Amino acid sequence: MRYAYYPGCSLHSTARDYNLSTLAVCKQLGIELVEIPDWNCCGATSAHALNRDLSIALPLRNLAIAETMGLDVIAPCAACFNRMKSSNVAVNENPELLARMSDLIGMPYSGKVKVLPLLAVINEIGTETIREHVKRLLENLKVAPYYGCLLVRPPETTEFDDPEDPQSLDNLITALGAEVVKWPYKTECCGAGLSISKTEVVLKLTHDILSMAKRAGANCLATACPLCQSNLDLRQSDVEKAYGEKYGLPAFYFTQLMGIAFGLPGTSLGLDKLMVSPEQVLTTGVRG
Amino acid sequence: MRLTGEKKFCDEITALSGQPVISCYQCGECTAGCPVAFTADIMPNQVTRMVQVGLEEPVLRSRMIWLCVGCETCTTRCPRGIELAKVMDALRETAVARKIKPSEPSISTFHKTFLDSVERMGRVHEITMLAEYKLRSGNLFSDLLLGARMFLKGKLALIPEFLKGRSDIKKIFNKTFGK
Ligand code: SF4
Ligand code: SF4
Repeated sequence: MRYAYYPGCSLHSTARDYNLSTLAVCKQLGIELVEIPDWNCCGATSAHALNRDLSIALPLRNLAIAETMGLDVIAPCAACFNRMKSSNVAVNENPELLARMSDLIGMPYSGKVKVLPLLAVINEIGTETIREHVKRLLENLKVAPYYGCLLVRPPETTEFDDPEDPQSLDNLITALGAEVVKWPYKTECCGAGLSISKTEVVLKLTHDILSMAKRAGANCLATACPLCQSNLDLRQSDVEKAYGEKYGLPAFYFTQLMGIAFGLPGTSLGLDKLMVSPEQVLTTGVRG
Repeated sequence: MRLTGEKKFCDEITALSGQPVISCYQCGECTAGCPVAFTADIMPNQVTRMVQVGLEEPVLRSRMIWLCVGCETCTTRCPRGIELAKVMDALRETAVARKIKPSEPSISTFHKTFLDSVERMGRVHEITMLAEYKLRSGNLFSDLLLGARMFLKGKLALIPEFLKGRSDIKKIFNKTFGK
């Protein structure tokens, strides 16, 4: 399996651990990732907040480059995935827009490249195969699967999993030998990009999510988005201070959990980059 | 309050968003699931209503259109198939085009700073972007600790990555943002 790889800006900086663990587990599973040469930022929330054409054109340039590679695209970041897929859907619905946008980016594009979140590809591989790679069962890990918004919403755009009660991450976690916690906040929004500009909103929303996970009996979370991860992990001590509640919940990228179960060394998964130390849950929660 | 020109404004937002705003029947489903409604001045369902009846100024001046994080919860749940997140995008774009002062200046400044970083380098470089945001927003001392924590974890790239295709990106910005 060969895919064009779109890491996006986060995976080259704040979410370096997501990048490392993605590359490591894909290698294990025989998924070859070829980084899109000279890829640009997808525009994230800011482009579509201010200018529709810009929000379509920026991702399209990357898709046009991927098309010259003859490969479909994997975007591990849920926000990047959503922006690229939205852009793709928009030009596919409207040939006139496609023509105008190809002209704008100065590159031909057919609209035919597929954009997939990493989790969809893992899901496609199936839990049977995943299980074959598991060397250490993640026993005693009680994981709250946190999908966030953009991976599954809106369903007409993402065409992935269920928008209200998704299962792909749940199934994966079970295959790794960990326990999935049932909780109602799988797809609640964490406040996304408001972390810097409107911190108090993010603190409130992540407080709701973290305390719900804790109440449901989780001892960690699994995420599939750098924005969610940083709100839950990086901001966790701020939330604890603001709300006077102690959570101590490591927020793993799902690829890190896979890597641990596959027996890969922690440094190759960027485990040292988590703000809330996973040491305790891992020493009590991993067997083998 | 004047209610003139309602049709014109509703048509304009309908065209820009591609969404049938007029078919909203005020069930409130969008507001019930909106993560930022608790802190907003008007609710998502009030946004569609105000567009329908042409309350153009108040909706363009609202804090709600800036607080919306585009989580697509409303879009997913609307029984009338209105992609409300796209309506919010259209309203923000219209407010900017009309040079209406954003009621959430820190959020609009953040978006602008972010995009300026993309325009310059093709990618976002967090450190320079955050420094610039601090200068522009006047919010100099917030999040210093957070920055330090990220730095110590090696989560901030020190050297920006510049694209070879920077001129492509500039062109895209020139043609869309009309700079
Ligand atoms: S969910 Fe749809 S129909 Fe219901 S109030 Fe919101 S926009 Fe209107
Ligand atoms: S997209 Fe915006 S309006 Fe809709 S639920 Fe999310 S934050 Fe609220």
